[in-house]
Amino acid sequence: MAVDNDTVRRIAFLARLKVEQDKLEETKEEFNKILAWVEELGEVNTDNVEPLVSVNNETLTLRQDEVLSGHISEEILANAPAKEYGYFVVPKVVE
Amino acid sequence: MAEYIIETEKGKWEVICGLEIHCQIISKSKIFSGASTEFGDDVNENVSFVDAGMPGMLPTLNMECVHQAVKTGLGLNAVINKYSEFSRKNYFYADLPQGYQITQFVHPIVGEGAIDIDLADGTTKTIRIERMHIEQDAGKSIHDIDPKKSFIDLNRAGVGLMEIVTKPDFRAPEEAGAFLRKLRSILRYLETCDGNMDEGSMRCDVNVSVRPYGSDELRTRCEMKNVNSVKFVMQAIESEAKRHVEVYENGGEICQETRQFDPTTLSTKVMRKKEFAHDYRYFPEPDLPPLILSDDFIAKIKNELVELPDAKKVRFVKDLGLTPYDAMVICENKEVAQFFEKAAAGRDGKKVANWLMGDFFAMLNKKNLDIKNSPVSAENLGKLVDLISKDVISGKIAKDVFEIMAETGENPEDIVEKKGLKQVTDTSAIEAIIDLVISQNPDNVASYKAGKVNLMGWFVGQVMKQSQGKANPAMVNKLLKDKLG
Repeated sequence: MAVDNDTVRRIAFLARLKVEQDKLEETKEEFNKILAWVEELGEVNTDNVEPLVSVNNETLTLRQDEVLSGHISEEILANAPAKEYGYFVVPKVVE
Repeated sequence: MAEYIIETEKGKWEVICGLEIHCQIISKSKIFSGASTEFGDDVNENVSFVDAGMPGMLPTLNMECVHQAVKTGLGLNAVINKYSEFSRKNYFYADLPQGYQITQFVHPIVGEGAIDIDLADGTTKTIRIERMHIEQDAGKSIHDIDPKKSFIDLNRAGVGLMEIVTKPDFRAPEEAGAFLRKLRSILRYLETCDGNMDEGSMRCDVNVSVRPYGSDELRTRCEMKNVNSVKFVMQAIESEAKRHVEVYENGGEICQETRQFDPTTLSTKVMRKKEFAHDYRYFPEPDLPPLILSDDFIAKIKNELVELPDAKKVRFVKDLGLTPYDAMVICENKEVAQFFEKAAAGRDGKKVANWLMGDFFAMLNKKNLDIKNSPVSAENLGKLVDLISKDVISGKIAKDVFEIMAETGENPEDIVEKKGLKQVTDTSAIEAIIDLVISQNPDNVASYKAGKVNLMGWFVGQVMKQSQGKANPAMVNKLLKDKLG
């Protein structure tokens, strides 16, 4: 499996990463190298093997339904580039 | 039910519709953090570092949300999956601080189920449930404070949601409306979601397509997101289906797209074309191992289940003598059903139901009150019905007594006693009034005897009036007939 420049552009857009035109070729090569490396796994026979979801063999620990955090809006907003009236403020986003 | 067909000069069309409903889970804290789920608190006060998507924070699953989801699954007569997994659904939006939503994709907690809906013509139809999964809600964006900025409140970010997906089983707007009402009723009985569409705790996405009547093809569908009332869902289906028919009949094609329903114009407009459709790049959530439920856990929840509206309806018809329609109306709302059961205990259920659905509901409506705040208690409504059944008061006097009860909240027995409203069932007392009426109206007596028998009604009226409504009407009728011969 190999990717082309369009795919690189699309993936960059989905990840909101800016890849300059002159970096496209290089990024594509890097992608393809990674994919080729992962493709080595294809040599292993995985017939009748369930996909592994997690390498941790742990079971999920559940939490009791208790309110333990909150009322820290100052800390929550501390790194916000813009805030007003206790809200995060961002450039208008309406679809 | 009567088929819903869109008929034009050019042909007949059938509507295909499926729903996706997001239901906020009732729990004290959020699904993956310990922040409160309280609605209406100050901005960004119910936000933990997990909800804000701070680096290094780990989600921990709230046991209660799992419990509520299993309970809901059982209420939808659905398969509970003992093995389920969480996934990340990736997209960027200002009210989604993590840049992804933790949801379930390939292995949801609840599988296929079904619920029966009641239609206006008295028939029922089964709507199949495709699946239900649990996930986190996003925050809230407010766009109307400033023309150039959006304001973000993360209090809702991380509140647990159940997303219920139906099969495309709806063939008419009415069916979708009946389904939403039924689902809301079940969720409220289970106390797993409050079902308030106007507050956004239950939100509906509607998928619509059409096909020539009689064919079994499936054509391109359009999705309308976040339609926020039962009425709007029905209107959205109607208008979107008509749009499809028009496009096809004019030789056009429908594109798969997300549209928005505008209730002011009763039409839909495009929100997002397919070429801009999200590519969510789901992958297994690395911070949460799979969720494994034990048989004991599921069995315990099964044991806790309350009687649901359908079962209650059947019991009310069978044991309390209600008509299926009355039972359906009374059972839709859990509080109403409980009130009715209390009022009807040891009495004629049908008579209690008549009072409940007649004067009682009218009174609540007029006073704009919820049944929980009714001035007339269930016990007192039951006692009023007793007073009528035992001939202590007539049905007409009962209406006056009920009005006093609605004002003062008093016990009807006390009111009847205090106001001296007891029905007169003493033959000699009624006869005395009849004699008086006869002696005062010799002309009418003569006319009656000459064959004008419909004067009987007038005589009854006079006697009742003289008795201030307290004479037993059946006895008045009988005694009058005897006297007048």
